[in-house]
Amino acid sequence: MVAETQPQLTLKHDLHQYLSLKSSIIRNYIIDMVTAGNSSHMGCALSITDILTVLYHCYIDTDLIKTQSLDRDYVILSKGHAASALYATLATVGLLSQENLTTYYQNGSLLLGHPVRNNALGVEASTGSLGHGLPMAVGLALAAKHDQRKNHTYVIVGDGECQEGTIWESIILATRFQLDNLTIIVDYNNLQGLDRTDDLVPGGFFNKFKGFGCLTLAIDGHNYGDLIKALSLPNVDKTLKVIIAKTSKGRGISFIQDKLEWHYKTFNAEQFNAAKKELSL
Amino acid sequence: MRTAFMQTLIKMAEQDPNLYLIVGDVGFSVIEEFQQKFHQRYINAGVAEQSMIGLAAGLAIAGKNVFVYSIVPFVTMRCFEQIRNDLCYQYLPVKIVGNGGGLDYGSLGATHHAIEDIAIMRSLPHMTVLAPGSSQETRALTQELSHYKGPAYLRLSRSENNIPYRLNAPITIGTSIIIIPHDTCLLVTTGNTLDLGYDICKSLKEESIALGLVSVPTIKPLNLSWLSNNVATLFTLEEHNTHGGFGEAIGAYLAQSFDKKIFFKSFAIEDKYCHEAGKSEFLRNKVSLNRTSIIHQIKNYLSLEKK
Repeated sequence: MVAETQPQLTLKHDLHQYLSLKSSIIRNYIIDMVTAGNSSHMGCALSITDILTVLYHCYIDTDLIKTQSLDRDYVILSKGHAASALYATLATVGLLSQENLTTYYQNGSLLLGHPVRNNALGVEASTGSLGHGLPMAVGLALAAKHDQRKNHTYVIVGDGECQEGTIWESIILATRFQLDNLTIIVDYNNLQGLDRTDDLVPGGFFNKFKGFGCLTLAIDGHNYGDLIKALSLPNVDKTLKVIIAKTSKGRGISFIQDKLEWHYKTFNAEQFNAAKKELSL
Repeated sequence: MRTAFMQTLIKMAEQDPNLYLIVGDVGFSVIEEFQQKFHQRYINAGVAEQSMIGLAAGLAIAGKNVFVYSIVPFVTMRCFEQIRNDLCYQYLPVKIVGNGGGLDYGSLGATHHAIEDIAIMRSLPHMTVLAPGSSQETRALTQELSHYKGPAYLRLSRSENNIPYRLNAPITIGTSIIIIPHDTCLLVTTGNTLDLGYDICKSLKEESIALGLVSVPTIKPLNLSWLSNNVATLFTLEEHNTHGGFGEAIGAYLAQSFDKKIFFKSFAIEDKYCHEAGKSEFLRNKVSLNRTSIIHQIKNYLSLEKK
């Protein structure tokens, strides 16, 4: 899909600066929302911020989302607990207002701790229980193929989420249907609810996805160049693409980065100010 | 009943190019015609029921009208959370069709029986729950579901039990069918107990005991238009566990209706699994759905036994 930033792709430095600026705005929104809402999952949201930044600012035609066209690209946040990152990103492309964001987690808000499908806001699926987003994304991509639409479906799954059986059931379906219009991005931050994912899933995920027949790439999930290269690579061999994005939970705020407790905790005033300082634009 | 369902679905698919059928590697000798006629719109999802429901949800988000077919426990219990989150929470037009309601699968054992499905399906917000009692009810309700905009569950039975009755009005969601009219005493069945109910009424009639018979294929939303103010004695009959079933739904309604003074008794499976082989008729006797015992109890309740 044509993105407003695409002409700048040749101006590498400018694009990098542009994406850095957008991701900083998103990170600021996230910590504002999570702190004001006294919610959780801040680390999980910060780890996918750069992925969402590149997706929405380089690949997704948000005008098609605004008109709710069936030709739009779909982004499904299968790891629904990172909802604050999705809302913050949607605000940077004009699908949500900053005022919307202030309602996050509050009584009566449409912005819940886990996303609720809302076409007008650009939230494509209700998720929250892990392992549900990918099967739905397979259905969306299959329907697009049957209807000969050219759109692409992106689904973001967590590394802990890959312990769900439905991930692998869906991979069998997606490779069988030759869904070259589907891209899975695994947020491989190596920290889940209680443990290091590497300790619970020995051997990691690369060979597993590859063995299932996916076009599998391993990249730095905070490197814009890596992300653009991986997302732009054509889905050759009529198969889905799996991008294992090595990320860091809590990325962008030094004192919470790669620390388990920031799956759960919120900032006190002092921590909030320190974080804001690190994220100052 | 599944043949009636499939024949109707094929007719509906001819009219609706968005109608899909997904099966969970189940339906030998039933699905072939649909598969041949609508090759692309037939998907065997394989033995992966949870992802099958998610797949159906994704197709529905993209505007498809999806029927998902398998054996009851596999298409309701194995994938319950997918039905809850993906279909009901998102209010998507995906219709779950379960074959083998109750003890239909007999000697295959309790893994294949369905005695809790009504309870769990009716507990879901937005879910419509249908259990047709005959082939004509199945045909009518399948047609209804083909243009229904929300999630629904259709509980089929393997038998084609064709009780001879004439319809005065078309069957839609919520319609009940009065098979034997009676002012004050009614036996109300849902799903595949219609034949048993009919049999019971016939036997009682031979003893000059009149009992009305109503088939109620729509369990949720419950429509009680058949329950007139004159009804004084009411029996329900279902091939389902007593907990959370059709009888309990009716009982809950009656308990909250202060204007109704009705004697009420529900006949259902009394909270047990079958651990023996046997045809469904044999197994019914094992789980308190014994024809003779029900007749005896009804006569007792009607205080007619020793008349």
